[in-house]
Amino acid sequence: MMSPEVGHFALVLALALALVQSVVPIWGARRGDAALMATASPVALGQFAFVTLSFVVLTYAYLVSDFSVENVFQNSHSTKPLIYKISGVWGNHEGSMVLWVVILTLFSALVAVFGRNLPLTLKANVLAVQGWITVAFLLFILKTSNPFARITPAPMEGRDLNPLLQDIGLAIHPPLLYVGYVGFSMSFAFAVAALIDGKLDAAWARWVRPWTLVAWIFLTAGISMGSYWAYYELGWGGWWFWDPVENASLMPWLAGTALLHSAIVMEKREALKVWTVLLAILTFSLSLLGTFLVRSGVLTSVHAFAVDPERGVFILAILVVFIGGSLALYAWRAPTLKQGGLFAPVSREGALVLNNLFLTASCAAVFIGTLYPLALETLTGAKISVGPPFFNWTFGPLMVPLMIAMVFGPFLAWKRGDLAAVAQRLTLAFAAAILATLATYAVTTGGPVLAPLFVGLAFYVIVGAILDIAERIQLFRAPAATSLARARGLPRAAWGAAIAHAGVGVMLLGIVGETAYKQETIVQMRPGESIAVAGYDITLQGLVPVEGPNYRDLVARLTVREGGVDAGTLEPAKRVYTARAMPTTEAALKTRGMSQLYVSPGDPGTDGSIALRFFYKPMVLLIWIGTLVMMFGGLLSLSDRRLRVGAPKPSARRVAAAVQPAE
Amino acid sequence: MEGSLTIWLAIAVMTAAAIFAVLLPLSRPVAAAESEMDVAVYKDQLAEIGRDADAGLIGAAEAEAARIEVSRRLIAASERMAATAGEGAARRRRLVAVGAIVVIPAIAAVSYGTRGHPGYAGQPLAERQRAVPVPGDMAGLMARIESHLAANPGDGRGWEVVAPVYLRLGRIPDAVRARANALRILGPTADREADLAEAQTLSAGGVVTAEAKAGFERALALGAGHPKAGYFIGLAAEQDGKPEEARAIWAKLVAEAPADAPWIAMLQAEIARLGGPAVAVAPAPAAVVAPEIRAMVDGLAARLASDGADFDAWIRLVRSYAVLGEADKARAAVASARQRFAGEADKIGRLDGLVNELGIGGS
Repeated sequence: MMSPEVGHFALVLALALALVQSVVPIWGARRGDAALMATASPVALGQFAFVTLSFVVLTYAYLVSDFSVENVFQNSHSTKPLIYKISGVWGNHEGSMVLWVVILTLFSALVAVFGRNLPLTLKANVLAVQGWITVAFLLFILKTSNPFARITPAPMEGRDLNPLLQDIGLAIHPPLLYVGYVGFSMSFAFAVAALIDGKLDAAWARWVRPWTLVAWIFLTAGISMGSYWAYYELGWGGWWFWDPVENASLMPWLAGTALLHSAIVMEKREALKVWTVLLAILTFSLSLLGTFLVRSGVLTSVHAFAVDPERGVFILAILVVFIGGSLALYAWRAPTLKQGGLFAPVSREGALVLNNLFLTASCAAVFIGTLYPLALETLTGAKISVGPPFFNWTFGPLMVPLMIAMVFGPFLAWKRGDLAAVAQRLTLAFAAAILATLATYAVTTGGPVLAPLFVGLAFYVIVGAILDIAERIQLFRAPAATSLARARGLPRAAWGAAIAHAGVGVMLLGIVGETAYKQETIVQMRPGESIAVAGYDITLQGLVPVEGPNYRDLVARLTVREGGVDAGTLEPAKRVYTARAMPTTEAALKTRGMSQLYVSPGDPGTDGSIALRFFYKPMVLLIWIGTLVMMFGGLLSLSDRRLRVGAPKPSARRVAAAVQPAE
Repeated sequence: MEGSLTIWLAIAVMTAAAIFAVLLPLSRPVAAAESEMDVAVYKDQLAEIGRDADAGLIGAAEAEAARIEVSRRLIAASERMAATAGEGAARRRRLVAVGAIVVIPAIAAVSYGTRGHPGYAGQPLAERQRAVPVPGDMAGLMARIESHLAANPGDGRGWEVVAPVYLRLGRIPDAVRARANALRILGPTADREADLAEAQTLSAGGVVTAEAKAGFERALALGAGHPKAGYFIGLAAEQDGKPEEARAIWAKLVAEAPADAPWIAMLQAEIARLGGPAVAVAPAPAAVVAPEIRAMVDGLAARLASDGADFDAWIRLVRSYAVLGEADKARAAVASARQRFAGEADKIGRLDGLVNELGIGGS
């Protein structure tokens, strides 16, 4: 029953259902025909069931090493550990596209199930737009990237997965990233549905926000995990490389963050409607672009793309149709949308507009830095690379005013705020910033001159976020009991915002520590030799060969002593995966507080020595802890009551039946 | 077939389920529901304004203004009228129902029909390994032996059996590992030392490395006059730029060899290549070729199949085949080499010379 053919056929049926979903509900919506609109939900559920079935069948083929499926033959091996057999399903192009569509249809199914209190027309339109996206991607899979292509006779052994991808971090990184990317399709579908309907109001913003928030949380997790993976698996010792693949996920994140904030303005004040819709379209467009950049092979070489353009051209067509189509629809329909409330430049809205401006500008900087080399190579054949300096000098300066404004924003009143009064309330944050700066100057030697200022900025952001909460609950100004009661009564979205903002400060602290104060040493060591790095005494005990399930390691066994006390061992390794004879580097890490000692092995010499690269990275863990804090803030905001306010509840019976959305 | 019947059944059931997903909602009466979402949102906003005002986040005047604004919107939203159901609902439903019954199977048939293989069942590896192996199914046998060895890595005999096969398949690193394991588990003999060193040499692209040379020397220490070890020690000397020494080693080997030793011919070819005089020994019958010679030649062929850049190695291969009396293979090797070095006139010239010299022209 688990024949690969079942999976193939399920995908085909999902395509047929997606076609139905893209036509029938929207026809019903135009005609006001509830019966036709009602087809959207079961058809969406059916699609989800079929796509999931085909994903399960594909996974099963990996589990039982069914090498009659070409995809399994190319990307798996019978001796591979179980978990990497499973992660191998999406570790390759075809499988990852199926996962993409699984998540896409999952979101449609969630709207179908939890969207009972959505206006019927909006729901039908949203699902129809989701249907269009599903059709496009299923066609893409079936036409150019069929994961169920077969081979006769079946080979006896597979070709293994790229050993670099045999890592737990990477096993869960793509699904997270995809939930993020695809999650933004919901905001897109809502935006296009609103444009079709010409109806855009506070309810719409309220509906879009949780979906955007879910996508944002997952995308944050995906990017953060990808960064950590690059940090410890690639063995380069960095955590962000401004690599086009990384940028491809950062762009939708920046636009999505802007979208989240502008949706707040729209929900509260019905302002920025048109802008919010545009951001929703742009965010998903950037997600599609990210998929295109990573999946078409255009990044590795424009030339390779031109030689085998089938997939690339197909994705390019999807890109043109969806981005071009939605923007055209926007240009046509946006003028009909009524603008909402007015506000003074200095106000909560004004701060959020500022946030949007800086986020979109930084997104544009990343966009140019990523795509300009590609465009240049396509047009002139010249190969240039835009390196970290470009991004540091464009992206960095945009982030500084953003972070300064970020602390002011929550203190400003809606419509019209008082900057001087807010600055007064923020006295403590300024004081913390100055103290932190001075303390950093006093404690550290060397390091860039500007670094302590950034430490100050980080403290300003963190303390500012704490002050925001303190102010709201009138800490130390009201009796403790009152403050506690207020803290409990404070909307979770307010807590979420403050915590997420503090997370940005925590991350900044990690970034400054890692960038400005890291120490690096490269030595050629023989067994028995020692080296002192950042207060550790490290001795190379020897080079030991170790046989793994499908690889062989040459482990450099290092003992670490700290102040004369034994502090454990480090075992970085040069690893060779046997099936592909592919060498990789396994770095070893030692954590002290938030800082890490990082050892990456180089090549062994003929005389029994080995090159070892030591890094000491102060506060480096704060980078990822900061993102975790941001995600936690997002989760709190997601759980806020107001996001779950449903339809009117005319009777007790309906209330019992109503399911809460977005959880 | 039973398997294909199951798949057709599955296809039928799935198609029916897909059609059902469209027909089901059409068959149910749906109350014309007009949502009053906005109303709920505005009511909630009113409550929130109250909360904010209580918390002192907004002033009393601002709260009042906001309340008025929201209330105004609330009234407007309440007055919005429900969309009236259109005419011809029944006709549309029929159309969609018929469309679903026709279109879904049609799309599935066209798309799956052009790409699917409904008669081709899945081939889980475990089931195939249980099945009786097809004679000549080398890959299948290898997979079985490999999984056996993965489970019993201490089986030295198994490693010894699998090693030459790896060599023939061109999986040189695996061959090295297998040889090393056999040597470690079963203990050193001249043959095992020489075999490991040979694999190491092949893995270094035909260069006798210091490591491999040490292995051959150990082999000679264990069994004086070991032909394979002797051959490679000579080769090492040649690669060190001492062709005379190589020639001397090989000549000694030939001279001390039993007259019917099958590898003599090959060594003589090598000596001739270095410009030395032929050492007079009766040529061996081509039919009895010692396995180690076979492995050497096959190893060379495997290496060239994966990386054929070394022209001299091709010459050596052709010579070896010719000496072994396998003219067909020699001609095939010449053909491959011609293809490989098609653009290089001098090399093609040398190949032509070789063909003439060995008398393997014509086909």
